[in-house]
Amino acid sequence: MNVEQIVGLYNYWIVIFLMMTGFYIVIARQNMIKSVIGLNIFQTSVFLLYITMGKVNGGTAPIIPPRVANGHAANGHAANGHSTNGHGTNGPADVLEHAQTEHAAAPVHEAVNEAGEHAHSIAEEVLSPLGEIARQADLTSQAEPLIYSNPMPSVLMLTAIVVGIATTSLALALIVRIREEYGTIEEDKILELDRDS
Amino acid sequence: MSSLIDFPILALLAITAVTIARMRDLWAAIMFTGIYSFLSASWMLILDAPDVAFTEAAVGAGIATVLMLSTLALTGKKDRQLAHAPIMPFFLVLITGCVLVYGTLDMPHFGDPNAPIQLHPNPSFVEKSQHDMHGLPNVVTAVLASYRGYDTLGETTVVLTAGIAVMIILRKEKDDGDQEASTETIS
Repeated sequence: MNVEQIVGLYNYWIVIFLMMTGFYIVIARQNMIKSVIGLNIFQTSVFLLYITMGKVNGGTAPIIPPRVANGHAANGHAANGHSTNGHGTNGPADVLEHAQTEHAAAPVHEAVNEAGEHAHSIAEEVLSPLGEIARQADLTSQAEPLIYSNPMPSVLMLTAIVVGIATTSLALALIVRIREEYGTIEEDKILELDRDS
Repeated sequence: MSSLIDFPILALLAITAVTIARMRDLWAAIMFTGIYSFLSASWMLILDAPDVAFTEAAVGAGIATVLMLSTLALTGKKDRQLAHAPIMPFFLVLITGCVLVYGTLDMPHFGDPNAPIQLHPNPSFVEKSQHDMHGLPNVVTAVLASYRGYDTLGETTVVLTAGIAVMIILRKEKDDGDQEASTETIS
């Protein structure tokens, strides 16, 4: 257990702590509104768990800026695949490794739209291979590649939040109904009333 | 840099959760739930999920708080003091927590770009969504509305069903309601 591991797993532990606090409220408190609050805390901690897993170091929100979408696509090619060549010819080994990691890294994508690809193919025709490599290396060095965090957890959690509020409202409606029927929302008192009747 | 904001927010989240667990006054507890939602929304923003942060702030801190407060108006305000502190649940929670923490030891570290979640499914869908959705810049919206469109449809169905169920549960049956009211006034 070194410092790196603690820093890397710290947020999971906080999420587990929140989860367990919610769980404790649900099972230890007799009041039904309190139980719903506990469930809400538990639910939010699950959202946080998923969102945490989708984060990429040095990443940004998965929203493609217009300057990337509009044809600066040569950057995109430089960041994907070709960049290894570019770095390999003039960079030390660790830079090459860095580029490969980034290539493997998930949502490391410069957006490449059709126009950009077209421009790129023209550029390939015009420039000699050597010049092309040099140009790409130049581009990678001056424009830092965009790294996006994973959008999938966000999508899933958006759905989960809305479904969560639907179930919460259903639970609260049931609590109101129970209160009308029994005159209390304490679980043990309701059980007593049921036993007596 | 971001960890400078990260750690205090996480600490605040934990403190808020414990405060809610210890609190007797339900009204204050619901208010603290709103604070908890806002804190988690802030953390989601740091974790590059602005869409989820917006939704959490609007739904978790807004709608959920309003719903719980209106329920509170119809029921009672106070959670009563328990005769004895619940020991069993505490140990149960402690053991479960320890098991889960043990489980995290194999998890990929925070922000690791080579974690399995980042490599499967093939992340090229981020690029493809640009083409498929005709340049819609927000990838989350693109995936939500197109690739997972049926999922969103199902979600809408769930919300509709819940709405209908709430209406049925809370519906006042005219005759019964009048009878109950009259018996109450008599007694």
